Amino acid sequence: MTEPLLSVKNLKVVFHLRRGDFTAVNGISFDIMPGEVLGVVGESGAGKSMTGTAIMGLIDRPGEVIVDEIRLKGERIDNLPEEKMRHIRGRRIAMVMQDPLTSLNPLYTVGEQLVETIRRHLPLSHDQAKKRAIELLADAGIPDPQSRIDSYPHQFSGGMRQRVVISLALAAEPEMIVADEPTSALDVSVQAQIMKVLKRLCAERGVAVMLITHDMGVIAENADRMIVMNKGEIVETGSVGDIINRPREPYTKKLIEAIPSIKTQNPRYAAAVARGEAETTAEALVEVKGLSKTFDLSPSLVSRLFGGKHRKLVHAVQDVSFAVEKGKTYGLVGESGSGKSTCARMLVGLLEPSAGEIRLEGTDIWRDRNAAAKRRSKIQMIFQDPYASLNPRWRVGAIIAEPMRALGISTNSTEIADRVADLLERVRLDPEAMRKFPHEFSGGQRQRIAIARALSSQPEFIICDEPTSALDVSVQAQVLELMRRLQDEFGLTYLLISHNLAVIRQMADSVGVLHNGVMVENGPVEQIFANPQADYTRMLLDAVPDISNVA
Amino acid sequence: MLAFIIKRLGQSVLVMLVVALISFIMFRYVGDPVASLVSQEATMADQAQLRERLGLNDPVHEQFFRFLGNAVQGQFGISYRLQTPVSELILSRLPATLELAFTSVVIALTLGILLGVFTALNPKSWASAGIMAFSLVGVSLPTFLIGIGLIYIFAVELQWLPSFGRGQVVSLGGWWRTGFLTESGLRSIILPAITLSLFQMTLIMRLVRAEMMEVLRQDYIKFARARGLSKRAINFGHALKNTLVPVITITGLQLGSVIAFAIITETVFQWPGVGSLFVNSVAVVDVPVMAAYLMFIAFVFVVINLIVDILYYIVDPRLRVGGSARGT
Repeated sequence: MTEPLLSVKNLKVVFHLRRGDFTAVNGISFDIMPGEVLGVVGESGAGKSMTGTAIMGLIDRPGEVIVDEIRLKGERIDNLPEEKMRHIRGRRIAMVMQDPLTSLNPLYTVGEQLVETIRRHLPLSHDQAKKRAIELLADAGIPDPQSRIDSYPHQFSGGMRQRVVISLALAAEPEMIVADEPTSALDVSVQAQIMKVLKRLCAERGVAVMLITHDMGVIAENADRMIVMNKGEIVETGSVGDIINRPREPYTKKLIEAIPSIKTQNPRYAAAVARGEAETTAEALVEVKGLSKTFDLSPSLVSRLFGGKHRKLVHAVQDVSFAVEKGKTYGLVGESGSGKSTCARMLVGLLEPSAGEIRLEGTDIWRDRNAAAKRRSKIQMIFQDPYASLNPRWRVGAIIAEPMRALGISTNSTEIADRVADLLERVRLDPEAMRKFPHEFSGGQRQRIAIARALSSQPEFIICDEPTSALDVSVQAQVLELMRRLQDEFGLTYLLISHNLAVIRQMADSVGVLHNGVMVENGPVEQIFANPQADYTRMLLDAVPDISNVA
Repeated sequence: MLAFIIKRLGQSVLVMLVVALISFIMFRYVGDPVASLVSQEATMADQAQLRERLGLNDPVHEQFFRFLGNAVQGQFGISYRLQTPVSELILSRLPATLELAFTSVVIALTLGILLGVFTALNPKSWASAGIMAFSLVGVSLPTFLIGIGLIYIFAVELQWLPSFGRGQVVSLGGWWRTGFLTESGLRSIILPAITLSLFQMTLIMRLVRAEMMEVLRQDYIKFARARGLSKRAINFGHALKNTLVPVITITGLQLGSVIAFAIITETVFQWPGVGSLFVNSVAVVDVPVMAAYLMFIAFVFVVINLIVDILYYIVDPRLRVGGSARGT
């Protein structure tokens, strides 16, 4: 057996906080072989990012790293002084971080950042370093690197920036890369490209990769071996195929079961087929016809009024039509910038459409008289980020009661308190929760509170804009299950917006696929997933990393 | 870039026009200018003749345009109090104010940025705690108190430095009289410059510190560290430049107020600058001087804002035109 490239023995990361010590990583040991891709998976708070940061020696106070030893090619690096460690970072172990939008310095061109990094580690002149930088950018798949090298980070799209970040990480020929959620902030189609670039570059250079991610699908398709982490400890480690197909530990089993797979049929569709009623259609609650939204981003008033070459119109949504049947779920999918959130904002009444109509039970919610009142009482919304959508200074009881008070459904405070308690029970929370503040709850619990708030005005139609994309997979499964049960209990109609195709397949009855503001495909869920017609839908479906594609 | 500057210049002209209008209204309608000019024995006929000569019977817009035309040529009429042209008065006082403002700006910027960076990089050290406590004093004490305190310690008790005036001045190129070239001039400027700069310095320092600590938490700093860059490159190359982007705006506005509100410091130290000229004019309702001072201060702010905008443009590439994302 060859010597491991990196060997970590009994690594602990402890944060000394005012209210006592918090152990983020609790005594983990692992090895990475040269050229190997090691996947590290776990839910938020599992300590996986901390492990990566600790190896790089980048844990800041009040954090403390306690470790028996970390060896890089047999040489101890955990007790090196800071100045020596700087020559290992970037030179021998490099890092790729999650968010390409924030990991580059906005005030320097990518060339300046590359040249600076290259010259720090390699004895090259400025011109040689620049030549190497251009080669690196070309390798990472950036077209026309000769001229793009003088661009600033904001002139690149998210995917292109992550390519720049990867070239920066590879600038000094490191032996290993710590990739911390390298694709989590990107769209699925871009995600697949970036993982391909990262894997190819590392394979060509024999660079080992520690791939940290919450997405089991990414690991299944890219890693050789994997570590499952939970609460700072290693739960299970082994080859990717072994763990995904034959998990031994209950935690791993639970984690794998919770992942919605894009390959599984919609359970309700299957049940309906079994009862022989797959074809029945209910009446439409919401009808959208020819909906369009155009934003005018012209730089000045003159070009806005008179046009000319500076006139800049963005067609966020163009001529979108669909119908949502009563008691059913309509899924809207698309990548970022496809116009799905703009659609949601027009449906809920936050943004006026440029053209087209939205009818709720036959009433045009924008133009008819009393439309606004009807819209407010019948339509509610659940937002993506449960940390940002609840007012941190209000108690949960007041948050949930607000729609009732605002719409004048009830003014009697005992009645309101009773209804809030009832709603909390419906979303499977303790009614005592109404006396607490949002920060006392976890992400999943907060999203339940947001759902209770949406239900409190007794709406018929709920728009869910990425309701689970900020949550861990196991929590996501619980929230989706809750949404499904509430739909049966209250007869709710959902518009579910998501970039996660697997979630849409599990939840929706019909699906619309948006691409650059245009509806490219629209139809019953199984028809679209089993037999997609549009090229774009097919491309999206192929790009999704899935645990059934074990590398 | 050029289009941007032209646009900003247009806006500046607009601002100056509005200020000129206010200044004109004050000049024309705060009290009767004729009553202030003529002696008490003047007859009604004399007054009417003066009114005609000053053009006060013309339509208001004609008067305003005449006022504008004169203002552009630097003519603001004659001071009621001193009976000399206002432009000459202000020009003779301007060097003193500008030299004082320049010195205190240099002190405020140098010390403010240095101390701000130091306290941001060593947030836990004793020195930082001391500097922060001292800065609280600077922010909270009123300027006149600081001035009087400094005079008491350094001029009265220790007798190291003069307590008032500009000391000896040397004439440069006719009208610019500088205190920078004589020993007494240099000694005289120390106390007022420190007094004037103290508030700005502590403000800049606290701003730089807060902004820099924020920047140091950013992902691109962590990524720069992960690439093994040297401490100096990270702190002064990557962090400081990003820190300065928001600091430029506030600092720019503050520097304008150093010139505009040097009034208190100039009064305390009897500094023969524009500020003390203004204070003396207010006391006797010398409207032409006040109107001219108003225009002057507006001009200073407009110019500084223009410079700040252009600086912003140079420092931050995201503001430059054609900066939209390309490719996927």
